[in-house]
Amino acid sequence: MKLNVKIYRYKPGTEPHYDTFPVEVPETANVLDALERAWADHDMSIMFRHACHHASCGSCGLLVNDQEKLPCVTPVTDYGEGATLKIDPMRNMPVITDLAVDASVVYQRMELIGMPIIRNAETIRPDKRTILPEGLETFGRFENCLECGLCLSACPVMATDPQFLGPMTLAAAERLLAEPRGADVDRVYRLVDDEHGVWRCHSSFECTEACPYEVDPGAAIMRLKRKIGMRKLKRFFGGS
Amino acid sequence: MASDVQPKPVKRKPIEWFNLKGKRVGFWAYVGMRLSAIGLVLYLFLHLAVLSQLAVGPTAWDNFVALAKSPIFLLLDVILIIGILVHGLNGIRLSLIGFGIGVPSHKLMLWLAVILTIVFSILSALAIFSETH
Repeated sequence: MKLNVKIYRYKPGTEPHYDTFPVEVPETANVLDALERAWADHDMSIMFRHACHHASCGSCGLLVNDQEKLPCVTPVTDYGEGATLKIDPMRNMPVITDLAVDASVVYQRMELIGMPIIRNAETIRPDKRTILPEGLETFGRFENCLECGLCLSACPVMATDPQFLGPMTLAAAERLLAEPRGADVDRVYRLVDDEHGVWRCHSSFECTEACPYEVDPGAAIMRLKRKIGMRKLKRFFGGS
Repeated sequence: MASDVQPKPVKRKPIEWFNLKGKRVGFWAYVGMRLSAIGLVLYLFLHLAVLSQLAVGPTAWDNFVALAKSPIFLLLDVILIIGILVHGLNGIRLSLIGFGIGVPSHKLMLWLAVILTIVFSILSALAIFSETH
């Protein structure tokens, strides 16, 4: 399948521009394969992040034709023979070079919450009879969120408020409050009940649309707003 | 050294706010709220300026009323109604989902708001233009 890959180029000290490269990839290829083809066949100075190639590391997040995507699992057949794929770095994060952004925007935010990565697993079998492999006492399950940052890129509010916690962080906070596991709940409430927390969200739901793993951060933020509201109401009437 | 490289700072040019490529229906609602809010605020000041004609005297007010019956002003009235419907109906949607009510159906609520806006805008336009002829 023949495609054109139009890549955002930026090296420090130069003006940003686009370079377009023709590539040929199998029909079963993903956008990341096309990008790697452009790198291998045309210009090895193209800088971009990639690791697992199967949507478990979250490092390859990009804009493909102005939409946030994980290119490792975005088929080229979504765009058609002869299409031009416009590839840009994620929005709302400083660009280091070409398609590589300063991802500390992502990690510093998750650190504020406490980065929940494991949750108590619901029973996997529909009949509730779980047979554990030998040596295993319980199942654990990682949170869906890859910390890929696509939601932060998609969020229009991130562009207006550099201190906004962002959909990923707020969804993680909501998740932690649903299952605190000994965490300091008051600290998390103080963090999110803030002008740079939930109240900065204006419900565009672009984060939910961008999320590749159905975390649905938009819905999590709405649940968090409700939690905060109910908590304030309870306290107003003398509850705890 | 790689750590000496200063990243290109995030600076969104104003024109980029009008790049709607790749944006979905929720973003359109977000933009619609902001544009309708600006329009309604501008209308508020215009409305106060117009009402101040009452303080000038009956002739000034009668002159304004004659102007207000002109087709261009009637069209502005229809645009005002559209702005009120967009802002009001989407505002109800945002209030509900902000309380965690109907969040999975937020797109359905949005399309309902769009349909109601279109229907009532057409009815209002028909009423406004037929009343004056």
